[in-house]
Amino acid sequence: MEIWIPVLIVGLIGLIAGVGLSVASKIMAVPVDEKQEKIRAALPGANCGACGYSGCDGYAAAVAAGEAAPDKCAPGGAHAAAELAEILGVEVVNDPKIAFIACKGNGEVTKLKYSYSGVQSCTAANLMHAGPLVCSFGCIGFGDCARACPFGAITLENGRPHVSGEVCVGCGKCTAACPKGLISLIPKTAKMTVGCSNKAKGAPVVKACGVSCIACRMCEKACESGAIKVIDNVAVIDHALCTGCGKCKEACKRGVIAEA
Amino acid sequence: MNSLTAIASILLAAILTNNMVLSKFLGICPFLGVSKKTNTAFSMSVAVILVMVVATAVTWPIYHLVLAPKYTYLETIVFILVIAAIVQLIEIVLKRYIKPVYNALGIYLPLITTNCAVLGITMLNITNELGFVESLFNALGAGVGFMLAMLLFSGVRERLETADIPEFMKGLPITLVAAALVSLSFLGFAGIGG
Repeated sequence: MEIWIPVLIVGLIGLIAGVGLSVASKIMAVPVDEKQEKIRAALPGANCGACGYSGCDGYAAAVAAGEAAPDKCAPGGAHAAAELAEILGVEVVNDPKIAFIACKGNGEVTKLKYSYSGVQSCTAANLMHAGPLVCSFGCIGFGDCARACPFGAITLENGRPHVSGEVCVGCGKCTAACPKGLISLIPKTAKMTVGCSNKAKGAPVVKACGVSCIACRMCEKACESGAIKVIDNVAVIDHALCTGCGKCKEACKRGVIAEA
Repeated sequence: MNSLTAIASILLAAILTNNMVLSKFLGICPFLGVSKKTNTAFSMSVAVILVMVVATAVTWPIYHLVLAPKYTYLETIVFILVIAAIVQLIEIVLKRYIKPVYNALGIYLPLITTNCAVLGITMLNITNELGFVESLFNALGAGVGFMLAMLLFSGVRERLETADIPEFMKGLPITLVAAALVSLSFLGFAGIGG
């Protein structure tokens, strides 16, 4: 029977500790924001920071506090936005975005001003007289954007990045990675796009690249809904106004405008 | 020796001579894991000091009133049980009444449950046959010693961040070497105090 005494001692101490803890947790319970926990559960948990907060936890807290809109989660997309809106009990206007690279130049149409053999990175090449291309606005093509993409949505094809519409969640990491600032987030519903960012006009632009906007304003004249405007010598489309009629594409002699 | 000098001697010995981390090599896990930034190292140390003192205040009476003299072999298991319960209780109390402190300590508080330095100090108090008050001061000293080690080492590590370290030594290797050197420096205190 000797053995029962130590068993009792440990058992009793454990029991006292257990009861004490459960009583304490009941008495000193802190009300947890249920909404916040639900929101956190609805988020994908990638912690990518596309929403602008430190991570999914930070975003959940901000949404629960009403400081952030429920549609800021890029990886979660429409699905997460709808779930969050349901938890909050509000309607959400869904506007998924996708990365777009505003340059169609490649090794064939864009001329080189020198042969670059340094570090294979756009940022590094850009330091050498704004890159090896004659067009100082265009894509250098070493794929800094592809390396920045956490979802593998950007692939290099013939030395030019290509965004996969199915994979891209519109987090915007690539927009910061491009030393030329060519990448922007456009609505997934965008119909037409301008594939050039050259802010010069006329003959020099033609000499630099075969696919380039020379700011001739033909598209501006062709557009019936006033959606396309030439700003800083580059055509810019207002995706909210664009009907996708394709008249600008027909008008453009430089092959810059295309369906998204 | 009057009681004041006795206590001073206990504190000095606990902080420097018998430094928990650098001389006794207890609590190495948080020492390496949580010493990257001085801020977090400080938070962790404050939590450790708190838990060490409270744990000693609870385990000493349990040992001398319940376990001694017949069931002293239950020391380890009972102490682990009690420390785990205490840490959780402290967590609940902090969460309820001092939320900023709770937020500052964050994950480090529950981590202390498995910190061997806390179990170590409660057991050392028993092994060294210290009285209740002496034990409390010994625990306090050990906690402060832990904090000293953490702060010293986090300072070293913050400098390592910007140092030009060979590729193969980066990360854990250089950290362990640095820890060894800091520990070596504490060898100089051997024999002082008690």
